[in-house]
Amino acid sequence: MNKLLLIAGGSTLVYACLAWTMGVWPGIELSKIPAGPGVEPLTALQSEGREVYVANGCSYCHTQQVRPLDADKVFGRPSAPGDFKYQTPELLGSERTGPDLTNIGARQPSSVWQYIHLYNPRAVVPESIMPSFNWMFAVVAEAPAGVTPVPLPNNYAPAGGVVVPTHQAEALIAYLAALKQPALPASAAPSASGAPSATGASSGEAPTTAKASASAAAAPVGNYDATKGAALYTANCSACHQASGEGLPGAFPSLKGDAVVNKDDATKHIDVVLNGLHDARVSGVVYSSVMPPFSGTLSDAEIADLIDYERSSWGNHGAPITAAEVGVERAKAK
Amino acid sequence: MQAEATARHSDLSEKDNRALISLFSAYTVTATLWLLFATGVGLLIAFKFGAPEFGGGAWLTFGRLRPIHTNATFYGFASIALVGLGYYVAARSCGTKLYSAALAWTGLVLFNVAALAGTVALDLGYIDGDLEYREWPWWIRLIFLAAVLVSAWNLIGTVARRSSADIYLSNWYIMGGTLWGAIIAIVGVMPWYQYGLGQVAVSGFYMHNAVGMWFTPLALGVIYYSLPKLLNRPIYSYALGVFAFWTNLLFYPIIGAHHFEFSPLPWWLQTIAIVFSVAMLVPVWGGSSNFLLTMRGRIRDLIHSYPLMFIFVGVMSYLIGSTQGTLEAFRSLQQVWHLTDFTVGHSHLTMYGIISFVIWGGIYGLLPLATGKKASQLGMALHFWMALVGCFIYVTSLSIGGTIQGLDWMHGLPFIQSVIDMQSYYVGRGVGGLLMFSSHLVFAWNVWRMCYGTGAVASPLQALRAEESVA
Repeated sequence: MNKLLLIAGGSTLVYACLAWTMGVWPGIELSKIPAGPGVEPLTALQSEGREVYVANGCSYCHTQQVRPLDADKVFGRPSAPGDFKYQTPELLGSERTGPDLTNIGARQPSSVWQYIHLYNPRAVVPESIMPSFNWMFAVVAEAPAGVTPVPLPNNYAPAGGVVVPTHQAEALIAYLAALKQPALPASAAPSASGAPSATGASSGEAPTTAKASASAAAAPVGNYDATKGAALYTANCSACHQASGEGLPGAFPSLKGDAVVNKDDATKHIDVVLNGLHDARVSGVVYSSVMPPFSGTLSDAEIADLIDYERSSWGNHGAPITAAEVGVERAKAK
Repeated sequence: MQAEATARHSDLSEKDNRALISLFSAYTVTATLWLLFATGVGLLIAFKFGAPEFGGGAWLTFGRLRPIHTNATFYGFASIALVGLGYYVAARSCGTKLYSAALAWTGLVLFNVAALAGTVALDLGYIDGDLEYREWPWWIRLIFLAAVLVSAWNLIGTVARRSSADIYLSNWYIMGGTLWGAIIAIVGVMPWYQYGLGQVAVSGFYMHNAVGMWFTPLALGVIYYSLPKLLNRPIYSYALGVFAFWTNLLFYPIIGAHHFEFSPLPWWLQTIAIVFSVAMLVPVWGGSSNFLLTMRGRIRDLIHSYPLMFIFVGVMSYLIGSTQGTLEAFRSLQQVWHLTDFTVGHSHLTMYGIISFVIWGGIYGLLPLATGKKASQLGMALHFWMALVGCFIYVTSLSIGGTIQGLDWMHGLPFIQSVIDMQSYYVGRGVGGLLMFSSHLVFAWNVWRMCYGTGAVASPLQALRAEESVA
């Protein structure tokens, strides 16, 4: 009997101590971490949306943890302990079959895009392997008052009637829109490293003078990193404006043949990419979609490559720009 | 000692033996049904990576089926099969009858009720959070905990009835596994320390300990009994087995946080987890070399016995899969592989390669000794080769694909590129998965033959007397 007690009891005692030290005790201590500055609890609708997110296992493909690694920079600033105060159950996830969603409310603020994507992801991202959540929508003959039907592309729309989100879908999209990282106070905004200072020293670019931009404007089309420009477009723009540059009718404006993109004075084009846009009127159509600002995530050089790609693709021939010009516009906004 | 054990067997009444045999069969049969269900679901969701519209609607959406697959595999198939094997091993190696057959039946019912309720709940969207391997609503996890406690009590009671002074090593692992399993379940279900980041720490502890302190000890207990039994030779070093037992107990519980490297969990917690992931090489290499040295010089016996081949694959997966786990824990490699499908490959190399193969080896080796009925050689061959080749294709595809995925991210390519690059590897996973699932259909047929078939080779009691106890 003593032997039995030693083996079963002894090992269980050892294990209980280790389970306390490595599981329960860190749990107790880390549960006490206060909310970081700007970290707010969710509203009732957003919380409901979070429950929809959990119930349908979204976090088996989408993480909500930004690691302090270069590979994760596209998803936002590194997650901080204070970010998780109101996150129970935790949704850090273990797989990234789809992109991280920690900051998706800032990265993709357009609820119109979110609805189309939720209904059928391939309507906006042809290569996506995310399931369709069309069962969170209803097909009705006519949208009830105050509800905007989802502007699906024709080949994804039902044969008759219009598609409207159910309450479930509305709550989920409200939750996604709430996923925004508040800036960390101690370090400067994450854009600080990417954005050159007024002297232009950080990026080694020429001083941001009008002379520099004038000489750059004279450079021939194609004098930019086309590969980088295309990759940046795919990563940041094509979800809405599509790989063809044509957008989606009624949802996202076309860049192909667009007046701003083809105008030689690129000021407006740069301003839109840097600072985003909402309720824009393009070619007589008002788009309710919000375009996010990229000043925080892309450097001047990257924005120049991106804009030059847009200005030289799909038959566009706007005059190319330089990083210096972007720097000038960025300084103006400050 | 051998004569003594044989004498003890004859002391057991035929009634007690029949009770043990029908319990062992019932545990094996329900575990097999859960295996078919869980891996059928697994196959369906593997297809969804190539055909996302395949199987639409809320009830068949990926995010609900994924936890159904993992939980049914863990708590339906593996837990029930291992506890059934554990009862048989404990009773036989102690030369006694079960402490209580009624308790064992109660445990079986509780395990099945929990797995059934959990599956239905998850499919209806009732979930306690996307917390890996503990998604079931808390009250269902309490049913599971009750099943584990009943099993632990019954196993300890059985070992307490043993007729020899010594406690054979298998029973250390089997009793330990169930007792530790109960602690893991309690830590996972109690709510008071699970808010925000605190819950992340508990998740790291739970998901790793469920695998390594519940399934692995039970599987090792099965190996320590079946390997000497099937080879008719004692374990190479009893002392090495004891050493591996205590080092595993000391090192394993500390490594859970390596699932959250680079997360906001305290850096020191992550570093300790990495250090002890390296320390885990001691029990892993100690345990697997003990098994391999027990098999030394007996390759002819090995290749003529499918039960031994299954266990051999299990031991090799233990060696390779666990060593791979140590490598993955290093920050430099974790940077590439974390959050990619490489991890999914690793979890199948371990849960499938180690746990499932050992379960199958144990069942093919021990169930015929209990029932006196054998599976056909062809049936076992089909199961073995389809499972092995399927698992190889599965793990290889995801390991290569996962590496490419990680490198894509490090090179700053648009995220969608990593989705596109995975496509052919997802097809590989589907092919491997199809072979694995097919092998389980053959396994079900084999189980049927071993439990209810007509091809009896010997009456149960004769079979019992013909074999000697390893204790």
